[in-house]
Amino acid sequence: MTDSHAATQHGPELLHHFADEEQQRNSASLGMWLFLGTEIMFFGGMFLAYLVYRLNYFESFAASSRSIAVPLGAINTAVLLCSSLTVVLAVRAAQMGKRKLLIWMLILTLIFGLAFLAIKGVEWHEKYEEHHIPGNFMGRAFDVSDIQRDFPKLHVDPQHAQIFFSLYFALTGIHALHMIVGVGIFLWLIYKAWKGDFGPKYYTPVEIGGLYWHFVDVVWIYLFPLLYLIDRKPL
Amino acid sequence: MFESFPLWPQRASTIAGQVDALYVFLVLLSLFMTAAIFTMILIFAIRYRRRPGVQAEQIEGSHKLEITWSIVPMGVFMVIFFWSAIIFFKQRTPPDGAGTVYVVAKQWMWKLQHEEGQREINQLHIPVGKDIKLIMTSQDVIHSFYVPAFRIKQDVLPGRYTTTWFHATKAGTYHLFCAEYCGTQHSGMIGQVVVMEPAEYQAWLSGGGVTQSLAQTGETMFQQLGCATCHRSDGQGRGPNLAGLYGSKVTLVDGRTLTADENYIRESILVPGVKIVSGFQPVMPVFQGLVTEEQLNSLIAYVKSLNPPPSGTAGTPSGVPAGAKLGEGQVQ
Amino acid sequence: MATAAIAPEREDYLNKEYGIRSWLLTVDHKRIALLYLISITLFFFIGGFFALLIRLELLTPAGDLVQADTYNKLFTMHGQVMVFFFLIPSIPAVLGNFLVPIMIGAKDLAFPRINLLSWYLYIAGGALMLYAILSGGVDTGWTFYTPLSTSFSNTHVVTAGLGIFINGFSSILTGLNFVVTIHRMRAPGMTWSRLPLFIWAHYATSIVMLLGTPVIAVTLVLVVLERTLHLGIFDPRLGGDPLLFQHLFWFYSHPAVYIMILPSMGVVSEVMACFTRKRIFGYTFVAMSSIAIAVFGFLVWAHHMFVAGMSMYAALVFSILSYLVAVPSAIKVFNWTATMFKGSISFDTPMLYALGFVGLFTIGGLTGLFLAALGLDVHVTDTYFVVAHFHYVMVGGAVMGYMAGMHFWWPKISGRMYPDSWGRLAALIVFVGFNLTFFPQFVLGYMGMPRRYWDYSHSPEFQVLNVLSTAGATILAVGYLLPMVYFLWSMRYGKPAPANPWGASGLEWMTQSPPTTFNFDETPQVTWEAYDYENIPAPVPEEAFGD
Repeated sequence: MTDSHAATQHGPELLHHFADEEQQRNSASLGMWLFLGTEIMFFGGMFLAYLVYRLNYFESFAASSRSIAVPLGAINTAVLLCSSLTVVLAVRAAQMGKRKLLIWMLILTLIFGLAFLAIKGVEWHEKYEEHHIPGNFMGRAFDVSDIQRDFPKLHVDPQHAQIFFSLYFALTGIHALHMIVGVGIFLWLIYKAWKGDFGPKYYTPVEIGGLYWHFVDVVWIYLFPLLYLIDRKPL
Repeated sequence: MFESFPLWPQRASTIAGQVDALYVFLVLLSLFMTAAIFTMILIFAIRYRRRPGVQAEQIEGSHKLEITWSIVPMGVFMVIFFWSAIIFFKQRTPPDGAGTVYVVAKQWMWKLQHEEGQREINQLHIPVGKDIKLIMTSQDVIHSFYVPAFRIKQDVLPGRYTTTWFHATKAGTYHLFCAEYCGTQHSGMIGQVVVMEPAEYQAWLSGGGVTQSLAQTGETMFQQLGCATCHRSDGQGRGPNLAGLYGSKVTLVDGRTLTADENYIRESILVPGVKIVSGFQPVMPVFQGLVTEEQLNSLIAYVKSLNPPPSGTAGTPSGVPAGAKLGEGQVQ
Repeated sequence: MATAAIAPEREDYLNKEYGIRSWLLTVDHKRIALLYLISITLFFFIGGFFALLIRLELLTPAGDLVQADTYNKLFTMHGQVMVFFFLIPSIPAVLGNFLVPIMIGAKDLAFPRINLLSWYLYIAGGALMLYAILSGGVDTGWTFYTPLSTSFSNTHVVTAGLGIFINGFSSILTGLNFVVTIHRMRAPGMTWSRLPLFIWAHYATSIVMLLGTPVIAVTLVLVVLERTLHLGIFDPRLGGDPLLFQHLFWFYSHPAVYIMILPSMGVVSEVMACFTRKRIFGYTFVAMSSIAIAVFGFLVWAHHMFVAGMSMYAALVFSILSYLVAVPSAIKVFNWTATMFKGSISFDTPMLYALGFVGLFTIGGLTGLFLAALGLDVHVTDTYFVVAHFHYVMVGGAVMGYMAGMHFWWPKISGRMYPDSWGRLAALIVFVGFNLTFFPQFVLGYMGMPRRYWDYSHSPEFQVLNVLSTAGATILAVGYLLPMVYFLWSMRYGKPAPANPWGASGLEWMTQSPPTTFNFDETPQVTWEAYDYENIPAPVPEEAFGD
């Protein structure tokens, strides 16, 4: 049958279809990188749609992107960058076998993630108040006359502005969903770390969970400039 | 040929024969390749069938063969590509001086407006021997204007114009099909193209009780909708003078330049704010929702009629491709 | 032998554990392959049933069998079910899952639990699709062009769209599993150049699955959002662009056809090597051509849009690239033919299907040249010519490859032999039925019959060819039902299969039939090249099926 356990010493986490821990670790890592590649293609489709419409409906898009809050977006960027730092520190802690530090870093990451989601919620609420949610959300009809007033020299077409906001909510919404999944993953990592499952010999889940978190961060690094900061010179 | 068991539709346009020639070439090429592969397989299957005591010979491959059977097909493919590209270029380039018919597709019928004013539903009467250009749009979903006998097909989109053209060579009645699935009655969205001898066509034109041409209808609309208030021919209006606009180069406020084609004129009526001409203010009202596709067609016909007649080019020879000029009707 | 009453039954992956839980919670790649086999066969017959109704309707010019709306739903759901729930999973999820680990000398795929998750995602997506079908269907065409699908159709577009979306993740995870497995879990000595061509084919397929599927996923999300929230991404009346939809859709759906064909090409290589008892001619070129097809396949999507309203210059670029992608496929056909040269050929059922593939894929591929030819495509696009072309490559190609694979590896999977004479009969019926069904459609298309037409009473000249096509379809149906019968029969009454009934090369034939749960007693140490046929004796017919 399989190689007898007496022959090779390994931790309980080595799955039996792998030859050794190194193969398992490398497989997990490659698997996560490939998965992140698919996520790039997924977000890529929406970025493409955004690019096409930005070129075609420049004025409406430029005016609409002015109306989303840079300060909130900037805070969120800082929050995510800090969270990536804590992720790196968590992986390092696991490598060094420092269980308490690991748990604290994981918890901090989680808090940053939740903070991001909360701030995003505040931002979306602002959009709701301003009637910038497409369609007829909860009785508030979409209305960009305020944006047109802010930019009298530009032609702000309501339909084109609606496309901007549709893509804004699609992009940030799907990003937020990924963030929520990330929060779930980290909750699980905290639980496993608290149980003592991670140490210098085995910390793969922390590493690949960290990879996922970094990716979600990187997507935001693209979203923030493209949605909020782009072309901020006076119109 | 093969009247009782047809293999292809009648050829009724100048391009049909060219398309068929390429088709026949490809059929022969395919027959040849298929026969070659099938024959080789058959010969090998028989010659090298399993026999006791006879071993297979392990052959790694042959770089020479691989290169050959990569390069040769690629060469043949390039020939096919260029040949077909030339035909395609002709299909996509309506000649100057072509007569125009405006087509509006909707679920599930074809509405056609002649320049001379006639309107038809699901039927298109045209004279033989003349270049005819179709400017088409849809009121709802994507349709496709397909006349097998002419070997032409062009998708018809909502929100913009697409163009196709043909030069009929044979009088007769030919199928018109919708070729892009458009809902319940997609297979019922059919009609006929009736190609008539010139004299007959003239008779048909005058027999319909039509009082004004499409451009004249457009002129009436132009007045009724108040366009004339701003788009004055003396250049004093708040809007640009439209004489000579169609086909000309236009510069916008942001510095972009474009050629004024049907799509531009249509957009300028429906959503004027998107492209403002340099030197003018964005004050034109929005007409989206206030004009039907047919009314838009008549307005466009009118604007086109404001161009001075082309000098010395009365009676463009039929079938001459437009050459390097890519102006009117080119679609993105 | 194993049927003796006194000797204990030899343990294999099938009898190791019994009970529904041991199947529904399995992480054994071989059991998961069988779970897929059952589910995709179910969807195949659903999709096939729709096809039969379509062909029956088209027997007469008038729309007299079903209503127009029903017909539109039939061809839509035939396409969706066959493409997403049969063809795309078929070989990778059944044969790939079963064989990839064994062929490279591994005990399982890299992520067995994710493999099981893939199957559950497929089932979830399939359940949504079934729900959409049973609660009234979808009528947008499998290509669900906008704005018809977002703003005009009254059918269950969102449900079907979500079903396909979830199913897409099944595909992505399968591809991910294969790539990691092939990279990281090859047995010692199993270098890249010793890999069976089946593995190369699945590797290339997996790249496409990974990179392409997310794009259809996001497209579906946008369609669902537009439809439910009335956003204006694709509907011009709301400022959107219907051509953007088409670009996004075809960016995946063209590479998707390579997901469907590359695995069968891998099967054909294995089968032809075995039944000619030779290494495939030009191994490296065949392997590299799989990668080339996967890569170039991403560059040609807009050849589905030549008359869609795209610029003439864009059309030129996509046409020339489409000719480029045809070259690696041609290379394979030539190499397979050359493999027969100086071979020692036998004509068992798998070989018949493989030869059928070569012939029919050649025809299908050649007709692709017609479609890539711009001036000609204007006439034949959106007609039955296209329908004939893609059925030649998908059914005459991919499905024949799948049948070849099922017949080749059935003894390994089930431990039983099926009666070869029945297999050959079914193969012949399929070949005849297939050609009769689809060849007339080339002519129909050139004659001008558009696709997706419920009624052609205005053109009675189309009837003769339609009747021929329907006659063919009934024959084809019989050809596909027969294997169901004899495969099931073999599970009870078939002769027990030896480890290597065909005398084939490859690590899978060095395990028992059926294999044990962990495939190998000891990790193989590979010291030989692939297709080492000079050192493998040919099976003597009586022994192969003996006892």
